[in-house]
Amino acid sequence: MTTRTLAVVSAGLSTPSSTRLLADRLSVATVDALRARGDDATVEVVELRTHARDLADDLVTGFANTSLQAAVDTVTGADGLIVVTPVFSGSYSGLFKTFFDVLDKESLTGRPVLLGATAGTARHSLVIEHALRPLFAYLRAVAVPTGVFAASEDWGGADGVDRALAARVERAAGELADIVAGRPSSARPADPFADVTPFDQLLRGKA
Amino acid sequence: MQFGIFSVSDITTDPTTGRTPSEAERIQAVVTIAEKAEEVGLDVFALGEHHNPPFFSSSPTTTLAYVAARTRTLQLSTATTLITTNDPVKIAEDYAMLQHLAGGRVDLMMGRGNTGPVYPWFGKDIRDGIPLAVENYALLRRLWDSDVVNWSGQYRTPLQGFTSTPRPLDGVAPFVWHGSIRSPQIAEQAAYYGDGFFHNHIFWPPQHTQRMVEFYRQRYEHHGHGSADQAIVGLGGQVFMRRNSQDAVREFRPYFDNAPVYGHGPSLEDFSRETPLTVGSPQQVIERTLGFREYVGDYQRQLFLIDHAGLPLKTVLEQLDILGEEVVPVLRREFAALKPAHVPEVPTHASRVAARGGARDATVHAPADDVTGQAREEVEVR
Repeated sequence: MTTRTLAVVSAGLSTPSSTRLLADRLSVATVDALRARGDDATVEVVELRTHARDLADDLVTGFANTSLQAAVDTVTGADGLIVVTPVFSGSYSGLFKTFFDVLDKESLTGRPVLLGATAGTARHSLVIEHALRPLFAYLRAVAVPTGVFAASEDWGGADGVDRALAARVERAAGELADIVAGRPSSARPADPFADVTPFDQLLRGKA
Repeated sequence: MQFGIFSVSDITTDPTTGRTPSEAERIQAVVTIAEKAEEVGLDVFALGEHHNPPFFSSSPTTTLAYVAARTRTLQLSTATTLITTNDPVKIAEDYAMLQHLAGGRVDLMMGRGNTGPVYPWFGKDIRDGIPLAVENYALLRRLWDSDVVNWSGQYRTPLQGFTSTPRPLDGVAPFVWHGSIRSPQIAEQAAYYGDGFFHNHIFWPPQHTQRMVEFYRQRYEHHGHGSADQAIVGLGGQVFMRRNSQDAVREFRPYFDNAPVYGHGPSLEDFSRETPLTVGSPQQVIERTLGFREYVGDYQRQLFLIDHAGLPLKTVLEQLDILGEEVVPVLRREFAALKPAHVPEVPTHASRVAARGGARDATVHAPADDVTGQAREEVEVR
């Protein structure tokens, strides 16, 4: 049985946060879906709130401090990602974007990712398509077709989650599990020192 | 091992007084600082190159030549010379000239420069940064090492039968370092030529420095210049000292908090933990600096940044006194005791001339008209 690593990035700010609630629903469903496909999974959650100052420092200094670096390594080293942001001013939150801004732009290439968003009203429900999907397309991550958006009203149904939301969660988790389970385990981020062009090739203009 | 200081030549408002020095003041101050470095027993003064405010040092060889005339032993270097946007022909000429005037007390450090807008000011494109550094330096080496150069490349007009003058002093070019914070290609370049590698070692955590130096050492050995531990490594570093470490922290904090580059971000304490910055007593600086060796190995040159972020001249001179009296003598002794015999010192002009089998007059006496510079053949054809 292969053990897969899932990294969950949650940009919720309050405690408890509906963003984190959705992230947890998605990760539990993905673990179940992976098990159903014969893989085990470990989940590591990165709460961006705890890195708010680290991220601001990184913008100013250009490097991730020890604490943020651990979170970055968790995310860039995972087999699959679940990312969830609250909607602020019609888009992902600044905190959410900042985290992806400070990653090496190659570090998520080809990485399966499930996109999630929460908002107070269903009028933001296309935010995943118009904001998150282009961001992860830029990062050349592989976003699964189903994004999961949850507005306040989605949390009001039987046993806490409306049946329609539960169905979306399950479908998205299944899509993520399909890709993760079908791949060789974790493409670790490339070591920039591993394949430096030898100098005689640089000299011949083949940098 | 050599110890010294490097200046980036920033003109920054002193955050404690709100006063900004003039260019005239800062230029005089940097000369005073360089002279003081020699006076307190330091070995090296290195000066940056920038072509935009808030910096003054657009013409480092002018400043360094002036400093050379006012000092006797101080090694003059750069931090860094822009190998990307300067014409390599002009670098070859300027630094050979400086080498003559300074009696060989010159080496230089190549850097790409990280200010995007500078490139177009000199007709270049920042996206070509690495290829420019590669081609320009290859040409610079030819210009110094060969009397007559025929050359064509991608980034400047071709040269036919070109002789860069003056020829390097005693026929031996200045020693070259290559500085880079994060580009393995530059470490590879330094290793390929058997040149020195310098890591800024200020802005980023030591793990980055360690990885770059380790790679450079590995490649130095690969390219056949000696064993990995014989590669020539230099480090930057940033310190602020007072007898009492609390006083150092209290005095430096406003300069740190408002510093260009990293100010308005992490706290002084966070940054001191995450990077090599040391603010405290001379003893703390000694201990931290000795610790650098643990992750880069025995190295050859340590330069400290002490005159930035609006620190007043008086304070900088006090820092030099502390470095010269209390810190560097101990570091010199301790590092020397730890260094194995097969690890070389920084190549100097004297050692490079000796390695070449002695000095020679490298003057190229062209059979040309003294006034017009025309060669006889050209004259006769007319």
